[in-house]
Amino acid sequence: MSHAAAAATHATDALPPVIDGGKTLTDVTRDVFSPLERKASPAWKAGFAAALCALLLGVTAIGYQIATGIGTWGLNRTVGWAFDITNFVFWVGIGHAGTLISAVLLLFRQKWRTSINRSAEAMTIFAVMCAGIFPLIHMGRPWLAHWVFPYPNDRGTLWVNFRSPLLWDVFAIGTYFTISATFWYVGLIPDLATARDRAKEGLRKRILSLLSLGWDGSARTWSRYEVACTILAAIATPLVVSVHSVVSSDFATAVIPGWHATLFPPYFVLGAVFSGFAMVLTLLIVARKVMRLEAYITPRHIGAMCKVVVFTGSIVALAYLTELFTAWYSGNHYEKFVFLNRAFGPMAWAFWIMVTCNVVAPQLLWFRKVRSSVGAVFALSLVINVGMWFERFVIIVTSISRDFLPSSWSGYAPTLVEWATLVGSFGLFFTMFLLFCRYVPMIAASEVKTVLSDRKGEVRP
Amino acid sequence: MRSIAASAHTEFAPSRRIDAGLFAGEDDFLRATRELRARGFEIVDAHTPHPVHGFDDAAGIRRSRLPAATLAAGVAGFALGTWLQVWTSARDWPVDVGGKPWNSMPAFLPVTFEITVLFAGLVTVGVLLCRSKLRPGKRAWLPDASVTDDRYALLVASPSGSHRAEEMAALWRGLGAERWFTAEDRP
Repeated sequence: MSHAAAAATHATDALPPVIDGGKTLTDVTRDVFSPLERKASPAWKAGFAAALCALLLGVTAIGYQIATGIGTWGLNRTVGWAFDITNFVFWVGIGHAGTLISAVLLLFRQKWRTSINRSAEAMTIFAVMCAGIFPLIHMGRPWLAHWVFPYPNDRGTLWVNFRSPLLWDVFAIGTYFTISATFWYVGLIPDLATARDRAKEGLRKRILSLLSLGWDGSARTWSRYEVACTILAAIATPLVVSVHSVVSSDFATAVIPGWHATLFPPYFVLGAVFSGFAMVLTLLIVARKVMRLEAYITPRHIGAMCKVVVFTGSIVALAYLTELFTAWYSGNHYEKFVFLNRAFGPMAWAFWIMVTCNVVAPQLLWFRKVRSSVGAVFALSLVINVGMWFERFVIIVTSISRDFLPSSWSGYAPTLVEWATLVGSFGLFFTMFLLFCRYVPMIAASEVKTVLSDRKGEVRP
Repeated sequence: MRSIAASAHTEFAPSRRIDAGLFAGEDDFLRATRELRARGFEIVDAHTPHPVHGFDDAAGIRRSRLPAATLAAGVAGFALGTWLQVWTSARDWPVDVGGKPWNSMPAFLPVTFEITVLFAGLVTVGVLLCRSKLRPGKRAWLPDASVTDDRYALLVASPSGSHRAEEMAALWRGLGAERWFTAEDRP
């Protein structure tokens, strides 16, 4: 880099280094790849055992529910959706942070994303897998799930209802999963090549050779590759906005009060980023300690993520205030009732948990002292995830348990099968994430090396 | 100038010798690229552990035309998505759902958008892999195993193949290369 360029970089970009410890390329390779070559740590084994148990519990519950029927859940004629769709929206929302970190931060040239984008994107894929379970099992006849696809059939041909958000979900979630998995895998190819070249002859090397597609670090390929990644980022960005807008439309386009609001798409998308970043923080605060990656996932990264959390959390709080305002300003007494019922009705406890966890608790992140305390941030991230689960629960259950006709009003209580399914979804998520940590390079090493090289003109503090 | 599509490693003319220099530092690597290109050498390719910003300019590599493929695929996806919904919902077997019009174009946009994005993304990756000749089962040819770790390899061909080994050695040494060799073996 010329002196002028280096000076310009230093003048305009006087931030602390993205990676601590004055790492060289060799250091990066060693730090990222040697955990994959070691035996699993006791912490990993314990976590994996717990996650696998939770997963097996969920598989048992789902098997029982599919064999016996939706009557094993606590649903009734009035409350037709509860834990199932709450969990679906919760998991889809969590997935959005990964795409935001991978795609949107790439477009904004935020170099600090390179330490966290691989694991965040993996989190997205696993979260979408967990999410996808719920629409499948909430069907009365999951073995007919293929009926949601428009294919010529012997029922007429009866086509699907393209005007319904429930059908839009099929295409949105399917596309989101496909593109996220593709983007993640493409980003992984150069690192798989590095792992291949470090591996000794044997099965592992052969699998890595297969998966790295013969990557050889050719500069001409890198040139094309960077263009492809920028394109994928550019299309993934509107995709992530569209996916959660479509999911939110499930509750925006109905007739009943509480499910009849144009506010939902931006509210849900930013809420998804909020809960997703909270989950990324939960996962990475633990992972950086266990995998000894503190030099890569630094307090600066955690601080930046906290700022995103406090920003999106404030918007979620604003959305709640907007709902309060529109309930009053509309003059519609059904809309007013929905809000009053949520805050003071039989499920008010859920509403106030939601408000405490989503509005009050994240305000602590305005304070630098809190943002710099890894323990405090970890605790807050758990609180936020609980709060966001309750947000979906409140929106779904309170609106349908008490809609227009009081004689139809009904309560709802989850059954053990529903609890087990929820626990099972966390089991699947953590099982997949722990396998990822063990077998896949958790940090995008080639991207970190690019950032290190781009930053070489800077004087390190 | 070689076309970008040609594989740098499997289609050498038998009479042309490829020389490779291995660099530990990115700055030396870039400087060497500019120097050798200025001296009339052809920059055949380089093998690096990460994309080196500035190499494309130094080596005279044109920017990829991948976005054109993305656009074409996106337009095809848009057309397919629109056609699928209009044909099934307004032509083949229209079903009255809440009195909504047969051709509900605004309601059709979400699915159309998703199919557009799906096609654009998958075709972009497909074209990337095809043009770069990446596929499962391909054996990677590396000038040195360290190019996926922390070394930068530059592959050049001399203008007339006439530089002798000693001349090349002096050249590489002067440019700061760690090692140099003639890349003749192919898997």
